[in-house]
Amino acid sequence: MVSALLFLPLLGAVVMALLPRDNSRLPRYVALAFSLATFVFSVVLFIIFDRDKTGFQFIEHFTWVDLSSIGSTFTLQYQVGIDGLSIPLVLLTTGLTFFSVLISWNIDLRTKEYFAWILVLETGVLGVFVSLDFLLFFLFWEVELVPMYLLISIWGTGRKEYAALKFVLFTVAGSSFMLVGILLLGFTTNTFDIIQLTQMNITSSFVPLSMIFFFIMAAFAVKLPVFPFHTWLPDAHTNAPTAVSVLLAGVLLKMGGYGMIRMGVSILPNVAKDYTLLFAILAAINIIYGALIVLRQQDLKRLIAYSSVSHMGYVLLGISALKQVGLTGASLQMFTHGLITGLLFIMVGLIYDRTHTRDIGQMSGLMRRMPFVGVMFYIAGFAALGLPALAGFWAELLVFLGTFDKYVPMTILGVVGVLLSAGYILWMLQRVLWGPPMQRWEHLKDATAWWERAPVLGLFLVILAVGVYPSWMVDVIQKGVQPIVARLS
Amino acid sequence: MDNIDRFLPELIVLGFAALILVVDLFVREKRILPWIGLLGLALSAAYTATLILRGRQGSAFGDSLRVDNYAFFFLFLFAAVAATVIISSIDFARKMPDRQGEFYSLILVIAVGAMLLSQANDLITIFISLELTSISQYALAGFMRDSRSSEAGLKYLLLGAISTAMLLYGMALLFGLTGSTGLAAISNALQKAPDSARFAYLLAAALLAAGFGFKMAIFPFQMWVPDVYEGAPTPVTAYLSVASKAAAFAVVMRVFFTALSGTLITSEWVGLFAVLAAISMTLGNVLAIQQRNIKRLFGYSSIAQAGNFLVGIVAVSAANGRFTIGATGVVFFIAAYAFTNLGAFLAIIAISEAVGSEQTSDFSGVYRRAPWLALVLAFCLISLTGLPPTAGFFAKLYIFNAAIQAKYVWLVLIAVLNTLVSAVYYLGIVRTMFMGEPRGESRLSSGMPIRFGMTVAALGVLVFGIVPQPLFAAAHKAADVFGR
Repeated sequence: MVSALLFLPLLGAVVMALLPRDNSRLPRYVALAFSLATFVFSVVLFIIFDRDKTGFQFIEHFTWVDLSSIGSTFTLQYQVGIDGLSIPLVLLTTGLTFFSVLISWNIDLRTKEYFAWILVLETGVLGVFVSLDFLLFFLFWEVELVPMYLLISIWGTGRKEYAALKFVLFTVAGSSFMLVGILLLGFTTNTFDIIQLTQMNITSSFVPLSMIFFFIMAAFAVKLPVFPFHTWLPDAHTNAPTAVSVLLAGVLLKMGGYGMIRMGVSILPNVAKDYTLLFAILAAINIIYGALIVLRQQDLKRLIAYSSVSHMGYVLLGISALKQVGLTGASLQMFTHGLITGLLFIMVGLIYDRTHTRDIGQMSGLMRRMPFVGVMFYIAGFAALGLPALAGFWAELLVFLGTFDKYVPMTILGVVGVLLSAGYILWMLQRVLWGPPMQRWEHLKDATAWWERAPVLGLFLVILAVGVYPSWMVDVIQKGVQPIVARLS
Repeated sequence: MDNIDRFLPELIVLGFAALILVVDLFVREKRILPWIGLLGLALSAAYTATLILRGRQGSAFGDSLRVDNYAFFFLFLFAAVAATVIISSIDFARKMPDRQGEFYSLILVIAVGAMLLSQANDLITIFISLELTSISQYALAGFMRDSRSSEAGLKYLLLGAISTAMLLYGMALLFGLTGSTGLAAISNALQKAPDSARFAYLLAAALLAAGFGFKMAIFPFQMWVPDVYEGAPTPVTAYLSVASKAAAFAVVMRVFFTALSGTLITSEWVGLFAVLAAISMTLGNVLAIQQRNIKRLFGYSSIAQAGNFLVGIVAVSAANGRFTIGATGVVFFIAAYAFTNLGAFLAIIAISEAVGSEQTSDFSGVYRRAPWLALVLAFCLISLTGLPPTAGFFAKLYIFNAAIQAKYVWLVLIAVLNTLVSAVYYLGIVRTMFMGEPRGESRLSSGMPIRFGMTVAALGVLVFGIVPQPLFAAAHKAADVFGR
């Protein structure tokens, strides 16, 4: 089941490659079909997912490379499965990819390749979330690089090649350390199987365990991103095409948070415990530093990008609690931030498509010209600043509840971060949407096409659903977090 | 008869090398020459297969040749490499119709030398085989007779002569210490050697490493590489970068793992190789970034890759004295590298012929003018970087894992960070080809044989990047000869 889900997008990319060159309409329908099928598939998985069980479900397994017979510790299993921690992110990935295809509907530069790479990217990211073998995880972690590099540098804007290369170099630098960490871990424990690793009590190695821990965490810290490894993010987000920004902020950053919980905390819980203070401090820096930088951004996309840095701080803060509530909050924050930032980037993309500028200073009174975009932008903004009844509220609340009894100062800084985010978001919305209408924007049309409205409304409904009745997702996440918490106590 | 039976794979190739020269004299239609060469290689490989099927592993000529699984692996590899080079040379060689015979014949002779090197079990045999390949390579490097090619040939010859001298000093020293040139006898003598002889043995090992290091293209014997790679005809560069290096590593493993392994000196030369590996990788990668000529770039890249191979040799030796684990990695890596580099070079030959330049900037936008060539080259570059889904990915992953097993954490760290550096220039070429503005409208044409060759090579990279187990099994079978 999981394999079918995993390779369906890749199959789509292969089909895409075989399409005739001259037809420019066909690729988008193929992409739509495959991304929709994958999305529906993942929803089905979510429905039949057994909510009463902890641990992994739908496990599939075969040995890919086994060299234990020659005394090498190198074994690579193809082992995939889903648990409460990964299924929200799987859902997020398939959903956002589907919406990304929609909002890319009128792309006309090298259409076939564009959609093919989007689908390859989807397989790569899904692979990270469902891999239950550490080497397989690493393999998928690297797979995502090539499509991402090309998507930014071919279809991006501005300093696109610089941004793409920076993204790749940062990621590879992080994953270099992770690879050494993985190999050290594999040598220490004699296995790369995540199910075994997360049940094992790893006490010593020929190198300090904290070294292994930080090598592995390095890749995730770059990806999340944790200050001071965040500098690739604003460039990549700003210069990527809208759909890729949506995927980058919505899904790819979550690979970092997911990895921290799944690989860092649950494999080496005893090491993680020693460094929670460090996490909490870094989290507070992320939240406050990110928010302060946002306040002085003039570029809409850069603004949202930095707000992601700030919001990912909550994920890290939740993890630093190392308790049921905090970890649940961190996981929920990843899911909701994916939805909300995805929506924000879509709104910015819709505006940019029409105005061809992202400079806040040049915009004013857009609400009158495009009420639909304006209203939805407001809703996305409210969700981002944590308004109750929208998704962002619950995640941040859980994070604060989780950390409050442990790190009071950082929690307070986190709450200050919420205030700041209310400030920068409302200020940004006011500058862009209200104010005197400008002559040059007289001709602007609202978003009316079905492929523009469908993703916006779709994301809005999910944000509302999580906001009004969060348990449908929180219950699942809790079951996923339980075994990890059990290992921590 | 046993001797001839086991020696026949080489003899066949040698015979066909002579046949090409003879046919060249009497036949006006030169187009059949490469096909004669290919036929010889195919027959040789087929005969090797029968040797395996008949279980004919053993020694030949008084144990100066060891015909074992290790040798078989390389016999196939060199036959395949030489065949690919011949295929890639067809268009090139046509430009000099009167000298085609020598060209193809020399390619086969180099193959014979390389094959012998993988079997040689005696210092004298090693020396003769090495000279056989080297001298033919000097001739091929200078084959174009223009100033660049002649410079390449001469430089290669002079520096090669120095390295040969060092090799001979080492061999002489070893002979003096042990009273024998046979690797097995040297090994026996080393086990019984007193502590006081350690320095002499180490000196011999270091001199041998220096002599072979020239062929392996590792630091500090790498100076010739960029110039020769740039100056030599491109098919010859491809041949040098793969066959010469593979043969050198094949013989290094045989010599160091059988003759020079003993508690007296092993850990010392392992340490030496570890340092050389780190420097070779870093130096090769950092210098490659600035290169504008793609063949020079591949020269530096090949120095860095040699450093990667050395990581495997280091891993082998330190892991509880078990050589198999790392040797498997090196053998796998060599095979993966052979596929990858040949695929890349074939694509480079086709592209640079079509655009009329070897500058990377002239590869701009090639994807739109020749999509298949660009895709193959890009895929091979991804494999050289070590990203999935390629054979290069598994080669690096395995070898790093082996080095971790040998507890060489610092070396692995340097190696993976070097992967990052190498990504800059490997992917830089990909970027130029895919994102640059095309330097012209016309589609680029390329010869059928070369497209076939590079497609096969790229398929190999892909297949072993998805299903590496068979190649690992074969590599392990080959490396198992060091298991005792």
